[in-house]
Amino acid sequence: MADPASLIEVDNLGVRLNTSRGPAQAVRGVSFALKRGETLGLVGESGCGKSVTALSLMGLLPESAVVTGSVKLDGNELARLPDADYCKLRGNRISMIFQEPMTALNPMHTIGHQVAEPLRRHKRYSAAQARKEVIALLDRVGLPDPAKRIDAYPHQFSGGQRQRVTIAMALACEPDLLIADEPTTALDVTIQGQILDLIADLVEERGMSMILISHDLGVIAENVQRMMVMYGGTVVESGPTDEVFRRMGHPYTQGLFRARPKLGARKGTRLTTISGTVPELADLPVGCAFADRCPLAIDQCRAAMPPMIKVGAGHVVRCTRTDVSMAANVGALSA
Amino acid sequence: MSSPLTTSIDAPVATRPLAARGFWGRALRHRSFVLGGALSLLVVVSALLSLVWTPWSPYEIDIASKLRPPSSAHWLGTDSFGRDIVSLLLAGARSTILVGIIAVSIGLSFGVCLGLMASAKRGWTEEIIMRFSDFTFAFPAVLSAIMLAAVAGPGMVTSIIAIGIFQIPTLTRLTRGSANAIWAREFVLAARASGKGAFRITIEHVLPNILSILIVQATIQFALAILAEAALSYLGLGTQPPQPSWGRMLNDAQTMLFQSPMLAVYPGAAIAIAVLGLNLLGDGLRDLLDPRLARER
Repeated sequence: MADPASLIEVDNLGVRLNTSRGPAQAVRGVSFALKRGETLGLVGESGCGKSVTALSLMGLLPESAVVTGSVKLDGNELARLPDADYCKLRGNRISMIFQEPMTALNPMHTIGHQVAEPLRRHKRYSAAQARKEVIALLDRVGLPDPAKRIDAYPHQFSGGQRQRVTIAMALACEPDLLIADEPTTALDVTIQGQILDLIADLVEERGMSMILISHDLGVIAENVQRMMVMYGGTVVESGPTDEVFRRMGHPYTQGLFRARPKLGARKGTRLTTISGTVPELADLPVGCAFADRCPLAIDQCRAAMPPMIKVGAGHVVRCTRTDVSMAANVGALSA
Repeated sequence: MSSPLTTSIDAPVATRPLAARGFWGRALRHRSFVLGGALSLLVVVSALLSLVWTPWSPYEIDIASKLRPPSSAHWLGTDSFGRDIVSLLLAGARSTILVGIIAVSIGLSFGVCLGLMASAKRGWTEEIIMRFSDFTFAFPAVLSAIMLAAVAGPGMVTSIIAIGIFQIPTLTRLTRGSANAIWAREFVLAARASGKGAFRITIEHVLPNILSILIVQATIQFALAILAEAALSYLGLGTQPPQPSWGRMLNDAQTMLFQSPMLAVYPGAAIAIAVLGLNLLGDGLRDLLDPRLARER
């Protein structure tokens, strides 16, 4: 192994999808490395490439998708790995939690059957062994009375409980990497915190690495060590979470931060928005994808993709105007 | 405002909630299911009864007592060969059901496999399967039966195979369409994320979820097979004499249409009852197997 500390290494990942509007470059030049036990957050609006990045790590993109660049797990190349080999990794070394616990479980099978599935597949557990393990897992994820409820069907559970079940399913084989794609978006706010705490506890307890995908800056701020902000298929800012929140460099990150609803705001106060809409991935501009919505954009921004500029320890921003944007000092969440 | 909500509160409370009543509880309150079930059962019972008992032998020709009107001896009279109509109808149910079951089984086993394969593999496999099924679909059952009969000679086996082949493309299309919808569901993505291959997902996730659609379609295909069998026998390509069949009875009745029109009415009514029964049964099953519709009822 080249770098024993690096569990997963993504280098210059690109994904082109065939959409009804023609080929769309959904992900462009995404690179990152994740150490064992490290947590990384991916933030951005819908359609910015977060989920496509996650699915390409899982090898679950549609057949027609064209993947370029490299994804390495423990130094082994995963991109363009045959599906049969990928099946051995999925649910075993890399697992995923999905956004909609209501639809992520098959209504026709008991939850016990579904949680046991990866154990029986990857670890060759017998039915009895798997059942014992599933009860323990369900107990660990906080499902009340697991020994009784193991034979219940998904519709007999609430949304939060179902998400606990999908977490148990993802963790069954003790994966090295957990990808959580908006795991709390579909849940009640009161449950969200509990689920995130549960995931955080489990990640720490088992020494897993985690990639947490969310559009919610609050969720990212509290749950990951490092974060990447994505826009138009590219990473526009990345760095240690504290550092990024202290000194946001990219106008888009700052916009996201300003756009979050604030408690205690006077009644009738309008929410701040970022003007304009996300560009179509099928016809992205040559230069910075955010230029059309950016208050600081100059001609240079539209001419070519800006390079990554280092603004702090491990903190990089894809913007040519950091001198102006960072003067305003947006962020200071730690205050 | 008289909202549906108010009316449902005012309405007398059912003795037990719908969910608690279970499948049969709901089934017995479903009118078209009960009627369809009763008519289909009537056909099945007739066929089974004919195996052990018929009032007269359906093969026995008695020219002396031909074209008798209904009497206490012959409840529906006799045909142009003096055969008892009731006995012929009972025995005819046998070939109807036999052809229906085997032809639908052929259609189901090939159609479902091809449809599932097309949906699991996508790409070229799907294209080839679907174009091939379009090709087969273009030939009516009668035409393929005529072609088959020209090669293998007319008979029950020929008609069963012809009808079976005719059933395949419909079921392939239905299976592939509903399977594609299941493949797009998130729990399939979750299953793939837990490391399952296409075959396992098809067996464990796709098939169980489309089973109710297939059951319903099978009853409707059964009705179509009965019609096709009658049509082929009427043309003389299906069941051969002396084996009784409703289609053959219609064929025989044709020449007597002006002397004794009732000879055509009896087998016609039998075919209508069987087809109607199966269609109603299919309708009922569709409602009963769909949990969303069940709740509204």
